[in-house]
Amino acid sequence: MEQNLLLTYLILIPLVGSILILFFKKEQVNLIKYFAIAVSTIAFIVSLVIYFQFDSANSDFQFINKFQWIKGLNIHYHIGVDGMAMLLVLLTTFLTPLTLISSWSSIETKVKEFTFFFLMLEVGMLGVFISLDLFLFYIFWEAMLIPMYFIIGIWGGKERVYAAVKFFIYTMFGSLLMLVAIVWLAVYAIGSLGHFTTDLIELYTVAPQIPMNIQIWMFLAFAFSFAIKVPLFPLHTWLPDAHVQAPTAGSVILAGVLLKMGTYGLLRFNLPLFPDASIAAAPYISILAVIGIIYGALVAMVQTDVKKLVAYSSVSHLGFVVLGIFAMTQESVQGAIIQMINHGLSTGALFLLVGVIYERTHTREIADYGGIAKLVPLFSFALMFASLSSVGLPGLNGFVGEFLILLGSFKSSILNSWAFTAFAASGVIFAAVYLLWMYQRVVFGPVKNPKLDGLKDMNSREIFVLAPIFIFIVWIGVYPSTFLKVSDKSTAKVVKQIYNPIKVTPIESGLNKILK
Amino acid sequence: MFINNQEIFNVLPLIILAAGIIISLLIEMYSKKSESILPWFSVLLFLASGLHAIWYTKDVSIILQGMIATGGNVNIFYAIFTFGAAIVTLLSIDYIKKYGTYFGEYYIILQISVLGMMLMASAKDLLVIFLGLELMSIPFYILAGMNRKKAGANEASLKYFLLGAFATGFIVYGIALIYGSTATTSIEFISQNFSILIQNVLFIVGVLLFLIGFSFKIAAFPFHMWVPDVYEGSPTTVAALFSTSGKAAAFSAIISALFALFNGPAGNLFTPYLAIISLLSMFYGSIVAITQDNFKRMLAYSSISHAGYLIIGLAAGNHDAVAGIIFYLAAYTFMNLGAFGIISVIEGEGETNLKINSYAGLGNKKPLLAGLLAVVMFALAGLPPFAGFFGKYYIFIAAIKAKLTWLAILGVISSAISVYFYLRIIVLMYFKTSDEELQIQDSRNANIAILLSVILVILLGIFPGSFLDLITKFI
Repeated sequence: MEQNLLLTYLILIPLVGSILILFFKKEQVNLIKYFAIAVSTIAFIVSLVIYFQFDSANSDFQFINKFQWIKGLNIHYHIGVDGMAMLLVLLTTFLTPLTLISSWSSIETKVKEFTFFFLMLEVGMLGVFISLDLFLFYIFWEAMLIPMYFIIGIWGGKERVYAAVKFFIYTMFGSLLMLVAIVWLAVYAIGSLGHFTTDLIELYTVAPQIPMNIQIWMFLAFAFSFAIKVPLFPLHTWLPDAHVQAPTAGSVILAGVLLKMGTYGLLRFNLPLFPDASIAAAPYISILAVIGIIYGALVAMVQTDVKKLVAYSSVSHLGFVVLGIFAMTQESVQGAIIQMINHGLSTGALFLLVGVIYERTHTREIADYGGIAKLVPLFSFALMFASLSSVGLPGLNGFVGEFLILLGSFKSSILNSWAFTAFAASGVIFAAVYLLWMYQRVVFGPVKNPKLDGLKDMNSREIFVLAPIFIFIVWIGVYPSTFLKVSDKSTAKVVKQIYNPIKVTPIESGLNKILK
Repeated sequence: MFINNQEIFNVLPLIILAAGIIISLLIEMYSKKSESILPWFSVLLFLASGLHAIWYTKDVSIILQGMIATGGNVNIFYAIFTFGAAIVTLLSIDYIKKYGTYFGEYYIILQISVLGMMLMASAKDLLVIFLGLELMSIPFYILAGMNRKKAGANEASLKYFLLGAFATGFIVYGIALIYGSTATTSIEFISQNFSILIQNVLFIVGVLLFLIGFSFKIAAFPFHMWVPDVYEGSPTTVAALFSTSGKAAAFSAIISALFALFNGPAGNLFTPYLAIISLLSMFYGSIVAITQDNFKRMLAYSSISHAGYLIIGLAAGNHDAVAGIIFYLAAYTFMNLGAFGIISVIEGEGETNLKINSYAGLGNKKPLLAGLLAVVMFALAGLPPFAGFFGKYYIFIAAIKAKLTWLAILGVISSAISVYFYLRIIVLMYFKTSDEELQIQDSRNANIAILLSVILVILLGIFPGSFLDLITKFI
């Protein structure tokens, strides 16, 4: 069968690009930067081509490539996208060139290494979203830690070593338990299918048959790993450290894409593979999600460091996404997907703006600012825009996602209580409090800090980076169906898989042996 | 006794090496240029022997009246030993100059020890195992004390010798008891009648003693005491050999002697013992390694912990486990050779620069070496896409198939702990700076050896398939 290799090219472009970067001379700083931006832009264009050829009326995986990789273990290089993955792939390829451009002047040392790791990171993130084989998925999932570890550790702030090691060990610990679960599933498949397999499509038919007492452990092993990445309260403690210490580009990608790998994993693996366990666990996970929403918001409120405030706001926002996923209705899951994109855009923009001002003043303390509205009007406007988008102002993107999630969770028969929705909704109000209060203290009032004199407004490069993000913020806010319809069919399929899992009748293993 | 041509052809790897040892002795005696000939001659020998082995893996035969097996996985072990030894030789060329004098016998003794390893891997009789073990171990004791002017090296050598002799004692006693209860030393016979023999307490005690003796050799807890001191005291390249080919050889003997035993349900008798040893080795190694500030000692504890993962495979005792252990050993051999190789390059004269703090800022000072060491550290920590990850993955498959899921879970926990000390090296190299000037004599030979090991680590990690097919074909 002829295979459409576009998706493979999408992975190969940043991979080959990053390897080519190794052959540049260290001193060719500008050339390297142009090259990396060009590579990631080409990847974006390829992903757009995929998007335009993508059939959103089809709920199946598309652009499937399947090649044998490790024969002895029946492991395939098996990739493909459905609507959910498509949106996240686009988010990844969209944010990568923008963040590379944004770090043009903030990354001054070891540019070669930085761009190398950054493109490698893109390979890892794309791989996670498009893998249809658990082994392949795990490789990308883990391998992606390495570049992020270096990005935080080399170009980060004062406490970067602590933050990098904490990030690494925290996530590694979670994913190793998932590795055991993956192997267990693959061995379990022998009993049903007659062969060892890590293929996701095949496991979709096998895993739901696992007896409940074991299924719950499998669910927990996967969920633990993803919950750390999301991060779900109370596993979030690595996040503020990593965010605050990471360079701007690292924070943007961390918040914009990496956290989504956790929620995507829950949606792609946990719900369809372990439907019974997911339904049983949904209320408990949703309680944690709601606690995360409120806790994140309250902690964000008392932060004195802008970047930390945005970091904690992520805990709160991702709580919404998890609530949406575990409410398990079509609306809430759609809301969760669009909220993942929203969070990537809004929080990405906020981190970029914090980076813009930090580059000029070298402080992130809210108390050091005040009254910058007169000094840097353009920046103040942009910050207002990003904050309002994050708060969920109707007409901007945040509203759409949160509304769908709240609506869906209210209707949810699995959660079956209005309390989840009510408490979660309070998070929206808290978000308005901490963000607008921060905005007020930073932007309005008299200029108290003499160091702020002569503060320069955003330059054209910074405007160029933020403008496309803002366009999408408005677009999703005003006309969300462009994006909702992409994932509509595939989220419907996931929801259906929870309630009516595709089950195959187990083959008698003895009979199977005879047939072979 | 008649040996036909085909059989001679099959044992050619052993013959090449044995003949090569005699020629090396002559070169050393009669040639004035032996210093420049001998290392390259050794490399050539190892490559010839190893390539022959890997090329003719499909010629499986048992020869010399059921004493020796060749072909199949035996040949794969040959290849692991000889390629490992070839890399060690390349590393040694410039390294032993740091001791100021030239030892021709170094290369010859190294060749002899590899011959011993190969004999162990091909043994089909307990006595051949013993013969191979001694042929490997006695050169090891000498190599450990190669740097005879240093007290630490003498201590290492003596310690290794005493404990090694003690362990050999266990093994011989075990063989004696097995012989006492079966009246044979043929592995073939023992494995065929295993289910009957297992009712004999004498036999069980014999097998246990045999296992304990080999636990010394593979550096498993609680028989690991010699490892850190010996690795620290021995020349770095020699420690590289101990921890890679030496360990692989001990495992090859366990596999050939005991694996047939595990094929039936009776083999489960030893599973609890092996599972506990593996558990203790993994955790002890990983936890104690965190506290080390000498790189070689750290790797010694890491090697104890890796022995633990390998023993998971022995405890699982199924076909996947054999394949997993062989793959893991190959991966581990090249990872560790890379690590020790880099240590041997960084090490200054008089055994300086061995503290891990000497690696601070290496990312700036020596970008290539630091990059290679980073790959090796990630591989040892078991991160994909490097070889160490796939080795662990396969071992876990074996464990879960054998219903030892709990051991696999504890294995990954220990592996998460071990990440910490491997990362510490990377933290030092890239995230810390140091003003201290690091005096390094660049060695082209060593660089080639290290680069080769790292390339193999990456290739085995990304494309494990073809190597795995080779292994699984013969189980």
